Amino acid sequence: MKYVDEFRDKALAKKLAKQIAEEADPSRQYNLMEFCGGHTHAIFRYGVQDLMPDNVHFVHGPGCPVCVLPIPRIDNAIELAEQGAIVCTYGDMMRVPASGKNSLIKAKAAGSDIRMVYSTMDALKIARDNPEREVVFFAIGFETTTPPTAVAIKVAAAEGLKNFSVFCNHVLTPAAIQHILQSPEVRELGQVHIDGFYGPSHVSSIIGSAPYDYFAEEFQKPVVIAGFEPLDVMQSTLMLIRQINEGRFEVENEYTRVVTPEGNEKAQDLVSEVFELRRAFEWRGLGEVPYSALKIKEEFAEYDAERRFTVTDSKGKDVKGCECPAILRGVKKPTDCKLFGTVCTPDNPMGSCMVSSEGSCAAYWSYGRFRLDRAKEAAE
Amino acid sequence: MSRMEKRFPTKINMRRGKVDMTHGSGGRAMAQLIEELFAKNFDNELLAQGNDQALFDAPKGRMVMSVDGHVVSPLFFPGGDIGSLSVHGTINDVAMSGAVPLYLSAGFILEEGYPLADLEKIVISMAKAAKDAGVPVVTGDTKVVERGKGDGVFITTTGIGVVPDGLDISGANVRAGDVILISGHIGDHGVAIMSSRENLAFETQITSDSAALHGLVADMVAAVPEIHALRDPTRGGLAATLNEIAYQAEVGMKLFEENIPLRGEVDAACEFLGLDPLYVANEGKLVAFCPAAQAEKLLSVMRAHPLGRDSAIIGEVLEDDMGFVTMETGFGGTRIVDWLAGEQLPRIC
Repeated sequence: MKYVDEFRDKALAKKLAKQIAEEADPSRQYNLMEFCGGHTHAIFRYGVQDLMPDNVHFVHGPGCPVCVLPIPRIDNAIELAEQGAIVCTYGDMMRVPASGKNSLIKAKAAGSDIRMVYSTMDALKIARDNPEREVVFFAIGFETTTPPTAVAIKVAAAEGLKNFSVFCNHVLTPAAIQHILQSPEVRELGQVHIDGFYGPSHVSSIIGSAPYDYFAEEFQKPVVIAGFEPLDVMQSTLMLIRQINEGRFEVENEYTRVVTPEGNEKAQDLVSEVFELRRAFEWRGLGEVPYSALKIKEEFAEYDAERRFTVTDSKGKDVKGCECPAILRGVKKPTDCKLFGTVCTPDNPMGSCMVSSEGSCAAYWSYGRFRLDRAKEAAE
Repeated sequence: MSRMEKRFPTKINMRRGKVDMTHGSGGRAMAQLIEELFAKNFDNELLAQGNDQALFDAPKGRMVMSVDGHVVSPLFFPGGDIGSLSVHGTINDVAMSGAVPLYLSAGFILEEGYPLADLEKIVISMAKAAKDAGVPVVTGDTKVVERGKGDGVFITTTGIGVVPDGLDISGANVRAGDVILISGHIGDHGVAIMSSRENLAFETQITSDSAALHGLVADMVAAVPEIHALRDPTRGGLAATLNEIAYQAEVGMKLFEENIPLRGEVDAACEFLGLDPLYVANEGKLVAFCPAAQAEKLLSVMRAHPLGRDSAIIGEVLEDDMGFVTMETGFGGTRIVDWLAGEQLPRIC
């Protein structure tokens, strides 16, 4: 496969692994947080950990779009469907646990009209094809999925579609990174050691590399914007190790084939035309994070499901014992959770991190659990 | 000259007609559909007996029997349709015991309103697949459900076959040291289906690999009767099949990603749909397990058959009481190849 296989090359990987092993200082540990679930997925799917020296650790961050959505928002979406709307959403969202052991897929089985779509354009088509029904697009995701939602709202407005609206849950990456770095666990308690960040790849293609300058400077942590292919992760690891060894804390861009300092300005304009900042938004794991999400502007109010419909104020909470919140902050590993692999598996997820292939619990379980067994054997 | 009254004064209008409730009512309309559509196309001696059952001599030896329900959507896809698929699927399930498939039965569930022209296409395709395979459909059943209670056509087929003496083929026989072979490229069927889905259509040259594998199996077991297990990796793909067998035989497995045959187009389609080809369905492939000493011989026999030209050795069976299927990735790391969680593609066979 052209333009992809080049970034999965085994010989190059071996070469990079050798270089990393040579340059990583054996007298110290390297704790590198990949913010994005896309990186988590690549690390596990290709077995990148096996090519790293023992003192290079991946700390998994909260950048999995379905993982960070708090239960009340999913309860709201289900309620909209139960009120009779056709609710459309992206695939992974279907299985994320809501209150009372419910989920969108279970609500669908119980009779609600909930449909999986691949793009916002599919949701618009459903609205056009069902003029007598309300169609709500359950919009989730970071900066990458926001522009297509903006386009859908603009198209709906231009066409005068009366039965289409968006339940907006778009969130912002820089606010979340800042929140993690400011958390007492990182700053004061020393529970989480983060020596450097892999910057998001797709998100950065939209927002550019400039927004990270502040973190590098303020928190004195190196950031390397990394592509999602396994060689990108390896190359970025080497770049982070070099920065750490040299005491630098800069924003470097490994993903130059896509990311520019200013990002995709057309997409940014679209987003700012349709959306504005929310004063605060609840994230699973991080709690209320100020100015960390978007809402639909007054001008497009009729396409805003939150204005158009009334839903109950849900107080849904995570399942007891579920460590997703701590795992999303990097404070705990999936294996620290008592539910991991016992009652919580990808087939029967209790927490959001076990649902999506970008969630760290699902990645650990689906791709990496043989390591836990081997480690246990070695210890015995 | 028989003085029997002519049962059906006019022929069914196959071009414009639609399935209606009378086609399943047990009355004259049903008899006519059976005669003018099913009996006409499946045409064979046993079916012509005209009874509710087919009567035949029981062959000597061990027999196998297998059933498979087909609910594929869409009903027509690049490289096949539900008719040919329902023949191939059941023949393959029978053949994976090493058996020679003998007869098929077919149960149709038709939805009220379904165009007879399309039903005829399906039946013709099914009859051709059975004829090409040399495995006749000898008995059948038709039911009609009200509009909205089916999805056009569902077909359930049952097959029986006889296992040649000297073979002992079962997932439970797989043991550490066995070599794992596959008969060709993975993922073709699933991607062909995806490409023709209404809400997901994309252009591709990929066609389903739907095929009857009993000829390939006959060559394989004749050359290497020591084969431990055979299975066709349909729903859930290669990953599900290997996990089933690892569990059944209480062994581990190690795959080598670089050796698994995968077409560039399938790889690319999976990439942009976010799918893993290891979990994508096949309808004309088999996985074989045999002792290492016979692996090369088996591989050359498979490659000599038109349906096994792209066969490859893809891994080995290991002792592992956890039953993990792991894979050395093309990148040089290792990962688990787990069971499919949830569903990757809805209704593919």
